[in-house]
Amino acid sequence: MTVYRKNLATTLLCAAMLVALICGAFYMRPGLAASDAKAAVTIDNYAFGPGTLTVKRGTTVTWTNKDDDVHTVKSDEGPVAFKSQALDTGDSFTVTFDKAGTYQYICSIHPHMQGKIVVQ
Amino acid sequence: MSEDVKDARGMNRRRAMQCLMWGSAGVLWTMSGGVPKALRLDGEAVAAEAGSFSFAQISDTHIGFKAPANPNPNGTLTEALARITAARPAFMVHTGDVSHLAKPEQFDTAAEIMKSAKLDTFYIPGEHDTIEDDGKLFFERFGRAKNTGGWYSFDMHGAHFVALVNVVGLKGGGQGMLGAAQREWLEDDLKSRSASTPIIILAHMPLWSIYPQWGWGTEDAAPALDYVKRFGSVTVLNGHIHQVIQKVEGNVTYHTAYSTAFPQPAPGDGPGPGPLKVPADKLKAMLGVRRIDVVADRVALRDAPLQA
Repeated sequence: MTVYRKNLATTLLCAAMLVALICGAFYMRPGLAASDAKAAVTIDNYAFGPGTLTVKRGTTVTWTNKDDDVHTVKSDEGPVAFKSQALDTGDSFTVTFDKAGTYQYICSIHPHMQGKIVVQ
Repeated sequence: MSEDVKDARGMNRRRAMQCLMWGSAGVLWTMSGGVPKALRLDGEAVAAEAGSFSFAQISDTHIGFKAPANPNPNGTLTEALARITAARPAFMVHTGDVSHLAKPEQFDTAAEIMKSAKLDTFYIPGEHDTIEDDGKLFFERFGRAKNTGGWYSFDMHGAHFVALVNVVGLKGGGQGMLGAAQREWLEDDLKSRSASTPIIILAHMPLWSIYPQWGWGTEDAAPALDYVKRFGSVTVLNGHIHQVIQKVEGNVTYHTAYSTAFPQPAPGDGPGPGPLKVPADKLKAMLGVRRIDVVADRVALRDAPLQA
């Protein structure tokens, strides 16, 4: 009996999650234009380029370090916090922005390096 | 000059040879009662006076660096240490960026090479050493502080050394940062010292604004340096910018140091402060170490490139 109950509970939970997922999918779809687009920021000469990048919600942004020095990408202000590991020459870091808003970020070891991602 | 010659005691042939090894830089700054003056190289003998001592500064060893500006930073560090040990200083200070990426294996390699100098070494972190974890790993291996912030002080032959941390918790748009807790500690640490004690301050990023656009400075250096104004002799030793730049302000002299790994451009020269690629036969002329002689309240510095 116990086993049956557990199974029933699991089934109910799964069903509830499925409903939630379907609802979520329908909720996200209309008009909100969630994107699976990609965008890039280059780190060159101790600067993020472009300094301000505007993307649609759901966009995946990749930072690539083209400097001979190491850098990081660390959120300074915005809806969600993120921080890369140390990015050596050629290393990349990726964030998918699911939440609209303005994200200001810096290189945590060269904080004069500042950038902004605007997610619409 | 006559006053300097008076200091010449205890010179012997070995000492003279050691001095010659450091002669290539040819520049010697001293502080005496807050008045800096350049000495001729024969003023070197001041270091032999009773109660005096010499120590070495090494900086920005960047073990783990692989870019074309220097494919062999282990080798140049080894050369730098050989130069330091030949002059037989009492101890050594490392003003940060021991590693390039704060990786355990880079710290291991650096520690192993540094050990070859057989010198007691006082470390402070650079921003490369604290990149992943605010310096946790660095402080575990190289730290001497009793506090969690990593700053500390020590006394050597009557001089008071302050080892500061200005590379953690940096703010967007800013430069180096000491923070309120460290500044309070500094005020307290210096309070009981007599004004005639030579004060030697170590910090990785420069404690004056050399070029803020590249972050070459420390935001809250000015309030921190208020606490040293009453001292007759204050010497600030920094790293970070991989070149020797000096400034005198009242009783305080500021000195940035050579790296042993790669040079960086002069302030504002070019689009950014990235590693400077120079012809292979010029590299060692742009890397180096520093020797510091302290006699009473006089502090004399000599910067020696690895190659003339």
